[in-house]
Amino acid sequence: MRLYVDSSRCSGCNACRVACSLSVFGENNPKKASLVIEPHFPAPGVYKVRVCTQCGDCAAVCPTEAIKQDAQGAYYVEFSECNLCEACVPECPEEVMFVRPELADTAWKCTACGDCVAVCGTSALWLGEKEAVAA
Amino acid sequence: MNGYGGHILRVNLATGQVKKEPTPADLARDYLGGRGFGIYFLLKEVPKGADPLGPENKLIISSGPLSGLLVAGGGKCDWTCKAPLTGGYASASMGGHFTAELKYAGLDSIILEGISPKPVYLFIDDDKIELRDASEYWGKGSMTVEKMMKDKFGEEFQIAVIGPAGENMVSFAHINHDFGRQAGRGGVGAVMGSKKVKAIVVRGTKSVPVADMEAYRKAGMALYKACKDAEGLQEWTRYGTTIVTSWCNEVGALPTRNFSAGSFEGAQGIYGQTMREKIVITDKGCFGCPCPCGKYSKTKKYNSYVEGPEYETIGLLGSNVGIDDIEAVAQANLLCDEMGIDTISAGNVIAWAMECYEKGIFTKQDTGGIELKFGNADAVFKMIEMITKKEGLGALLADGVKKASQEIGKGTEKFAIQVKGMEQSAYQTHNATAMLLAYMTCDVGAHHNRAWAITYDIQVGRDKVVPEKVARVIWLQHFRPMFDVLGACRLQWVELGIDRDLYVPLLEAITGIHRTWEDIEKVGERIWNLTRLYWARENAGFGRAWDMPAPRFYEEPPTSGVTKGQYTKLEDVNKLLDMYYEQRGWDSNGLPKPETLEKLGIPQELVA
Repeated sequence: MRLYVDSSRCSGCNACRVACSLSVFGENNPKKASLVIEPHFPAPGVYKVRVCTQCGDCAAVCPTEAIKQDAQGAYYVEFSECNLCEACVPECPEEVMFVRPELADTAWKCTACGDCVAVCGTSALWLGEKEAVAA
Repeated sequence: MNGYGGHILRVNLATGQVKKEPTPADLARDYLGGRGFGIYFLLKEVPKGADPLGPENKLIISSGPLSGLLVAGGGKCDWTCKAPLTGGYASASMGGHFTAELKYAGLDSIILEGISPKPVYLFIDDDKIELRDASEYWGKGSMTVEKMMKDKFGEEFQIAVIGPAGENMVSFAHINHDFGRQAGRGGVGAVMGSKKVKAIVVRGTKSVPVADMEAYRKAGMALYKACKDAEGLQEWTRYGTTIVTSWCNEVGALPTRNFSAGSFEGAQGIYGQTMREKIVITDKGCFGCPCPCGKYSKTKKYNSYVEGPEYETIGLLGSNVGIDDIEAVAQANLLCDEMGIDTISAGNVIAWAMECYEKGIFTKQDTGGIELKFGNADAVFKMIEMITKKEGLGALLADGVKKASQEIGKGTEKFAIQVKGMEQSAYQTHNATAMLLAYMTCDVGAHHNRAWAITYDIQVGRDKVVPEKVARVIWLQHFRPMFDVLGACRLQWVELGIDRDLYVPLLEAITGIHRTWEDIEKVGERIWNLTRLYWARENAGFGRAWDMPAPRFYEEPPTSGVTKGQYTKLEDVNKLLDMYYEQRGWDSNGLPKPETLEKLGIPQELVA
């Protein structure tokens, strides 16, 4: 499973990011969310949303193998095994792999839990199967 | 403290000192937050008779216990002060993302005190709090400055900023945020300008504690689910507040040519449907909102971007000034936002000036050569600029329609559409007695958001003058403004019909204190009485006369439209007030009786 987004439907409300920080950390703190909303105002007046595609590039470079895959195919960070080396961060093509030591003593990322989808009123987000990789 | 940022930030602008104090637990218990905190600090700390634009006035900015959390619409921020527009109580509610950011910075309120010797902005990055030189921003437009600051500090910072009108202390200057959200009414922007504070910039990275995490997440999710399952979600979100434009026109509630009629022959050109098709490019939501009313638009004619227009702006800067082109309304909206003036007051006062011009009371000599006729969009644009700069006729209009009409005289007071000095917002009330009473008794002046009773009028019979209508207005005045206390938006309840009982377990899980709506409304009633006491304290002779509507509504029937010829008789206006005062436990002059204050548990320190 992975998260999909249609940025043109996003209204920038950030409900998804609150739900995300609650899911990942059990905290009310959208600075610790795993998806990003970039507002572009006053012009051209659009939101660009970046979400994890569960490509696994982060896991591939993790020296401590702290980034693991769950039964549904989503990658997650095993917090106790992360050493904050940041190797994963530049690998992420969507820039949604996070290391901010001032906020958390672990890296974090989207686990495809779907809580963001549950609170999105404009149906900008949804969960689906990962696309089949072309042969 | 669960549900709160935990601190009140005091900023002494005269000395440059900033100080954080713990948010008192009993304050949170008794006044909850938002405008509850606002009126408490205003009554307690701003001395009687303070000049609204002087050093003694304070600008009190407050979030609430639902702000910044998993709450559908938890993005409302209250701005309280003594109002330059009215000389009474001002409490302006602002959406966007500012209030959530305050909480993440560990703050429940910011209190701006005194006057800075030079232009500054308040910079808050968690615990790093500084007053910084604002000379590079002073004189610039609201959104120009917000963009400069976003570019400089980054997207994570939320910014509230005044425009040149705030700097010039135009009495209905507002405060802008998020490229199109405002603390709009009463002149809160003028107070910020008087203190020489150009902007407040805030980022917070802290987590907000809640009492029962599991119950909170469950209740928060339930509220979102109810919104998403609501039948009206799609339609409401497509049009936002502009959805009511066509309805208002059909029932004769759309203010037209300075409230002289309730239906507009050019209304189709400013309908929400027209706007959506012609200019809207995206929905733009306040914090946490699943049903965003914010519409962001791009005009072809003016090649400009603007958030809105909202219904109120369409009513006042559209039909009320005789404009039937949504692009022109949007452009006027943009100019008001950039200059930093409230679109409602601006459209109202310009319409009054247009009526004066068409009646020959003003001539081209007065207007500086402008053909100030209804329907002239260029004249509206020019007047917005002149008001901002207090230039020519603009200087008169910058004081608001009440003072302007008193200065001009010649019977113009009768068509100055205001109560207590605040220009009436966009509901025509010749023949809608509950809405008329709502405007007459609203605690900031003629504003709609405390008791939006227009649909109730239509439902039960618009000209009825009965105790049930009065009771409805009073209930709305207690219930609806509690959202401004809790720091959340009321539109999920109003527009989607969300069961308000869904908020009860949510508030309890957040704060750890069980409260029923009956308990919450009691706080609402206490606050309502406190705001009344504030008006009385600040204005010698305050009473019934201050609750009277514009004479137009009881002397001059609408000249056209579906309500043509219909109006409320003066004796019925007085009957409405008699019933209202009696039901509230106020005397016949509209002042709370001692036993009423005692019953509500209002502390003596706030009454004296």
